[in-house]
Amino acid sequence: MAEIKTKNFLASSQMAIKDPQLRQALEKVGTGFDGARREAIEEISEAKWEEWRLKAREIKEHTIENLDYYLDMLYTNVTKAGGHVHFARDDNEANAIVSKLVEANNIQIATKSKSMVSEELGLNGVLESLGVDVYETDLGEYIIQLAGETPSHLVAPALHKTKGQVASLFQDKLGIPYNEDIEAMAKTAREILRDKFLNADLGISGANFLVAETGSLVIITNEGNGRLCTSAPRIHIGITGMEKVIPSLEDLATFLRLLPRSATGQRLTSYVSIVTGPRRVTDEDGPEQFHLIIVDNGRSKMLADPKLREALYCIRCGACLNICPVYQKVGGHAYGWVYPGPIGSIVTPNLTVLQNAKDLPFASSLCGACREACPIKINIPRMLLNLREELVQPNSNANSTSKFSEDIAAKSYTKLMKHPGILKLGTMILTGLQKPFLKGGVISSVPIPPLSIWTRSRDLPKLPDKTFHQIWKDSLKDNQDNNG
Amino acid sequence: MVNPKGITASLYVTCIVDQLYPQVGVSVVNVLRKLGVHVEFPVDQSCCGQPLFNSGYVSQARELALRVIESFKDSEYIVVPSGSCAAMFREFYPGLFESDPKLHKLAQDFSKKVYEFSEFLVEVLNVNQVKSSSDGLHTFHTSCHMLRELGVKNQPLSLLEGVQGIQTVDLPHRDVCCGFGGTFSVKYPHISEAMLSDKVDNVLSTSCDILVSCDMSCLMNIGGALTRNKSEIKVKHLAEILDEESS
Ligand code: SF4
Repeated sequence: MAEIKTKNFLASSQMAIKDPQLRQALEKVGTGFDGARREAIEEISEAKWEEWRLKAREIKEHTIENLDYYLDMLYTNVTKAGGHVHFARDDNEANAIVSKLVEANNIQIATKSKSMVSEELGLNGVLESLGVDVYETDLGEYIIQLAGETPSHLVAPALHKTKGQVASLFQDKLGIPYNEDIEAMAKTAREILRDKFLNADLGISGANFLVAETGSLVIITNEGNGRLCTSAPRIHIGITGMEKVIPSLEDLATFLRLLPRSATGQRLTSYVSIVTGPRRVTDEDGPEQFHLIIVDNGRSKMLADPKLREALYCIRCGACLNICPVYQKVGGHAYGWVYPGPIGSIVTPNLTVLQNAKDLPFASSLCGACREACPIKINIPRMLLNLREELVQPNSNANSTSKFSEDIAAKSYTKLMKHPGILKLGTMILTGLQKPFLKGGVISSVPIPPLSIWTRSRDLPKLPDKTFHQIWKDSLKDNQDNNG
Repeated sequence: MVNPKGITASLYVTCIVDQLYPQVGVSVVNVLRKLGVHVEFPVDQSCCGQPLFNSGYVSQARELALRVIESFKDSEYIVVPSGSCAAMFREFYPGLFESDPKLHKLAQDFSKKVYEFSEFLVEVLNVNQVKSSSDGLHTFHTSCHMLRELGVKNQPLSLLEGVQGIQTVDLPHRDVCCGFGGTFSVKYPHISEAMLSDKVDNVLSTSCDILVSCDMSCLMNIGGALTRNKSEIKVKHLAEILDEESS
């Protein structure tokens, strides 16, 4: 499994906010990606978009409710096409399946197209330990592999890097002159990778969708690298999560409309590859073997929970990341595992350990922009609330992770609010006490937390002489209907 | 205008207005009365429970919800000068009692009576213009819950535009969160402050005199940063604007 650093959210997000290069890199998110998404929707009209979203959601609801049925259908049809299907309960099982295939087929060089699930499994490390040379072939993935980093975005893995940082990296690792021109950098990478494509024995890909009725694996890319990975080497292994299955090619059409528009604002990506089984006798090329590894790794736990199930509808478009004001500030690495941003704050705690990822559900202002942007209308804020509840008031025997002091505060708050009499007294005392802190009509510093935290960047209003309750009683109540 | 429809509205004042901005409550009462509405104020109302609910303390939130529902059991319309508290009532109260059919029904009936202030004016009273006037250049911040939970978007804008002689300017990225988020602002102050700083930059870029919104929590957040930055820009609830009349 990829290293889990969710516990460090507070510190890493603080560092991220102070990092000027990251700030610069993150500027692309809002204006670039999210802006393009909005334009793409405008082009086809809000109403049409809404229609597609509802359709997509309906398909996902239906498929996830009947997941066993469609996985079974997928299994049958992949097998019929000459492929092999493997089910892996967790990361260890998935990695073991790949390792066995690597050893049995004497694999030396592997090319990979983008796969978040393989990141989840920490697969590259496993392959390297077996002596396999692994090359990421998606440009963004190639960059972070060179840098020894992990992806910071679902769609654009190297989003956290500025052009300048990539140019220095290429200069450093590839020994080429410093050049910030993106085209030139892409060309260099392509030249290096071309040779690897020709010599690789194994191609590993993820999947955007699995089509049950045809037993096909679908990948969409803009670089065409996916197609090379799945067709040039003699073995192709596709690895993906079990939630990626959809019933039919007709359903695929709906998602092909939604996914590129939500991700990058494109009407369609440059390449859509539909891979069905290994090379047939009549085919001129293609792999001799096709293996599909379907990974659970915690997903069936989410499937079993009706409150969290809809997180499995996600098509990993990244729209919720791009629009999220928190992601825009802290970037992807702060979240501490493979899946960042709003959907990551649901998926990560569920696929790793909730107790160690307790900042993720809380580090949101619950503004709801993610739900609005999501092409599948996934109710992310509602699930964040569910996870918060699970953390502070677990129904199970698991220990609550809230601080004891927070529990006490919540209980006294409830009591206070239920007895406005006590509250009134408190307000009267506070109104008197605020005097030393008043400056120019506002309170600009209070030495007691949490108010001290608030006042480090904002003032507090002066407490009024009378609350609304008092004003109502003293003067408003009796004026009823006088000024009609 | 004398109550042509015989409408009675019960005011839910919200904690923040009650304790920090009572003049907003007064303005809500004045505007409603100006429109001929009979206003009631159930005095034993309590906090809506949102701070607890958002922090995961659902059972405590339930206790407060029951109290609020009880206080408003005889009300016909419940008017709330906050998109956020109104969203708590309308979108989240029923869900609190899903496992108890009787209480669930009670919460559902309650939630159907709830309106955010501007929504009540436009949707229930059919009012798009309130006799009022306000000097200076105004801009409007849309609060997240009002927009995305309640779906209230154009009502406050049309009311603002209806103010006599008003000057308005669009706030860039009007619908982006100001970074408040309740306890979020003190649990993750660095993120909250970074979001707030963008909001403040956007407000300053309009060169407005008055920032208007329908949620005092957003305005306490943005306004607190404005005064800290020595800005002269005032923050006001929409009700305060609609309550002003040139003498
Ligand atoms: S949750 Fe929705 S918006 Fe976010 S990545 Fe998944 S599909 Fe896209």
